[in-house]
Amino acid sequence: MQVLFKTRYEDDIRFLAKTGEKVRVGLVVAFLLAAPLFLQTYYLGELGLLLVYAIAGIGLMILTGHTGQVSFGHAAFLGIGAYCHSILMSHGVPFTVSVVVTMTLSGLVGMALGRSASKMHGFYLAIATLAFLMLVETLLGEWESVTNGYAGFAVPGLKIFGISLGKAWQQYYVDLFFTLLVVWGASNLFRTPVGRSFLAVRDSELSARSLGVNVEWVKIQSFGISAAITGLAGILLAHHLSYLAPDVFGVLESLKLMLMIVVGGLGSILGAIFGAILISLLPVALSFLKDYLPASIGQQAGLEPLLFGLIIVLFIVFEPQGIYGRWMKIRFFFETFPYYRKSSFVRQKSYLKTERMR
Amino acid sequence: MSEPQQLSIRNLSIMFGGVHAVEDVSFDVEPGEVFAIIGPNGAGKSTIFNLISRLYEPSAGSIHYGEHDLLQLPAHKVVQTGIARTFQNIELFEQATVLQNLLVGRHHRTSRNPFTSFAFLPAVKKSEIEHRRKVEDIIDLLELAQYRDERIADLSYGARKNVELARALCAEPTMLLLDEPASGLNNEETDDVGFWLEDIKHDLGVTLVMVEHDMGLVGQVADRVMAVNDGRLLAIGTPDEVRENAEVQQAYLGATEEDAE
Amino acid sequence: MLSFNDVVHLAITGLAQGCAYGLIALGFVLIYKATEVVNFAHGEFMMLGAFTVLAWSEAMGGSFWPAFVLGCLTVGVVGYLIDAQIMRRIIGQSAASIFILTVAFGFIFRSLAGMIWGWNTLSLNTPFDGQLALGANLVVNMDRVAIVGATVILCAVLYLFFSRTRYGIAMQAASQNQLAAYYMGIPVKRLVSITWAIGAMIAAAAGALMAPITQIDTTIGFLGIKALAGAIVGGFGSIPGALLGCLLIGVIEPFADYLVPEIKGVSPYIVMLIVLFVRPEGLVPQTFQKKV
Repeated sequence: MQVLFKTRYEDDIRFLAKTGEKVRVGLVVAFLLAAPLFLQTYYLGELGLLLVYAIAGIGLMILTGHTGQVSFGHAAFLGIGAYCHSILMSHGVPFTVSVVVTMTLSGLVGMALGRSASKMHGFYLAIATLAFLMLVETLLGEWESVTNGYAGFAVPGLKIFGISLGKAWQQYYVDLFFTLLVVWGASNLFRTPVGRSFLAVRDSELSARSLGVNVEWVKIQSFGISAAITGLAGILLAHHLSYLAPDVFGVLESLKLMLMIVVGGLGSILGAIFGAILISLLPVALSFLKDYLPASIGQQAGLEPLLFGLIIVLFIVFEPQGIYGRWMKIRFFFETFPYYRKSSFVRQKSYLKTERMR
Repeated sequence: MSEPQQLSIRNLSIMFGGVHAVEDVSFDVEPGEVFAIIGPNGAGKSTIFNLISRLYEPSAGSIHYGEHDLLQLPAHKVVQTGIARTFQNIELFEQATVLQNLLVGRHHRTSRNPFTSFAFLPAVKKSEIEHRRKVEDIIDLLELAQYRDERIADLSYGARKNVELARALCAEPTMLLLDEPASGLNNEETDDVGFWLEDIKHDLGVTLVMVEHDMGLVGQVADRVMAVNDGRLLAIGTPDEVRENAEVQQAYLGATEEDAE
Repeated sequence: MLSFNDVVHLAITGLAQGCAYGLIALGFVLIYKATEVVNFAHGEFMMLGAFTVLAWSEAMGGSFWPAFVLGCLTVGVVGYLIDAQIMRRIIGQSAASIFILTVAFGFIFRSLAGMIWGWNTLSLNTPFDGQLALGANLVVNMDRVAIVGATVILCAVLYLFFSRTRYGIAMQAASQNQLAAYYMGIPVKRLVSITWAIGAMIAAAAGALMAPITQIDTTIGFLGIKALAGAIVGGFGSIPGALLGCLLIGVIEPFADYLVPEIKGVSPYIVMLIVLFVRPEGLVPQTFQKKV
């Protein structure tokens, strides 16, 4: 059982304080850095896609998991990021400039959505963001002069600082760079007042207000940051897809993102990463399963959504804190061995919300 | 820390539906005093607090704290004038740790830039540590050291009440509004609250305004008491004066035998 | 330009559409009022209703009414079980989780329906064939009239149920304050499950009645999202409000689609967004009294 002996406040603030954490994170980062050495192109591409979805997940997690604002429309920001970047690059704008412009645009749209949605809660917010998603999807489809509409838009090749990065491993490192940046930055956010104000708005708008938190502005900020990060994921996603179509960024995609963060574990950056891993592994696991199941079940078209649905239901009913929750319990078990007790993790339930003022 | 100001309330009224929750209430709270508001349930005591915190909009009246006209301010700017509060039903951030809750108490004194926070620049780190120091002082004062890293959701009721008080103190207020600080606590815990309130008054020089039902606590710490019923002010004065007041007795106990004859 | 006949035709289409949305929304709002849960998969109850009625109908040699009753009851049982077995276990979790859970139900229902009945479009024969003549040049399809009629009847029945019967009043009590109702001896858990069952059955009925218009396939449940939009427009916490909202967007939809073809199918959401910004509580206001 490792007990941390802290002597300064810095020890509390620092990431990776315990040796165990350092080792774990170190191994993962080393693996990710070395991946192109032993993974084939196809798997490298899949890993890169996983990283991109992790970024998108972190974007949504900041908004929904940390600030408590349910957003059903985040695929719209993926779409805005992907399309804006591709359109800019196809007109000759350099990669770096395009990234900055696209992220800013995405962030601003997010802030506008946050402003309109700041008075709404929970379910109304989800529906409003869903409607926003549908409108963006329609816009992408109908604005043919710019986006080529439903015929699709070809994504220009990945080219940074004039160097063409056509190879799989090159694109992979770009994805990895941005992923590490976003993970680091997002984690930073939550050890500062800005991040804490997000948590405050999630848990009690009322007392947050009485402590000086401008709740409306926090929501706008959170929407903006979340949209910008998800827009970044959209940029990287575009280079994986190489061909964009409006219906890729629809309700199903938004549901995938939601699934990621809920099953991963609401309220933690690691949860978003776990969720991304799950989303990427599911189709792979499915194709393995298909070989073992009798043909009548295995060949069905609806098998994947069915499994998706079942997994969500099982997690929410039996492990509401998601994969992250289960991970924490396992970690806690090992750290406090042999003193672990099941009652160490007690879930807090809140009953009818109308009984409490927000 | 800056000096406590006088709280001036004049003709404050608010209506919900057709009912006056608070009707034409006027009173002053002198800087540095302990002022208790008593009255039966539903008398409008918490409503007065909510009006001061600007969570409700009054239908008439004025609220001044020193030279600040509170009615000109939105709710989140009230704490900057030096007023902090606790809530009757404990409005803590359940999923966060005690430390995080207390640090949010420092919020209005922090500068908040998402870009520098994202990069966790040295200035941000330095500011974090400074605020952590201030928070630790309050943790010492209210003996919360062992709960520092616990999530609120895992704490007992008494501990939560403590954290609620501590969080309000972290805002470095000049006036504290305490909504039923002793509700739900046993005698020992209530005594502790009394001692802490006196400590806060003497060490920090903060004005304390509290809504309270526990008359023992009120008698122990309060300098002046105000009794309200049905949204209206019944009496205001020292604890003994208010206790002797006939209308106050009637509000609490109903008509006495002499009145019935 | 639109002739008078066209206008009436579009209006009647819209009215029937609105009623269908309204029936689904009715179930939504009932469940929401009882448990504060928003069942995103309510449209799927409608889809299941259509399929089960068809299945019963085929099993019974093509007759409609017995199949209709049995089909609705089957879906009602499914609704009851969903609440009793699953929703009860997750009481107290965050709204986002519960919402996602209901979305997952939607996935599961759609997939199961496809796996059981196939992914092709099927049709159901209802006794509402033919047309009704309303005056000189006006003819409307019976199936649309049937939907409007069914909505009126169901609303009346529900109104009487909730205001006159003991069960109904108990349900109202439970939806306002579960703890207090429980202390009064009301079997809250069972009532909530029954509410789910009723909501599901109404949606199932809507599904069967809409079958001649929409045909039956696994995607017809998406109507539920428009019903949701309608309920929001009208005011989500109130049943008459939700119905009003659904009728409104139902009637607007065919006109909007005709006049501005580019926004086909999106008009309910636009109306909803407008209402959300201008008057977030919905068109029929409700009083919320929250105390700190």
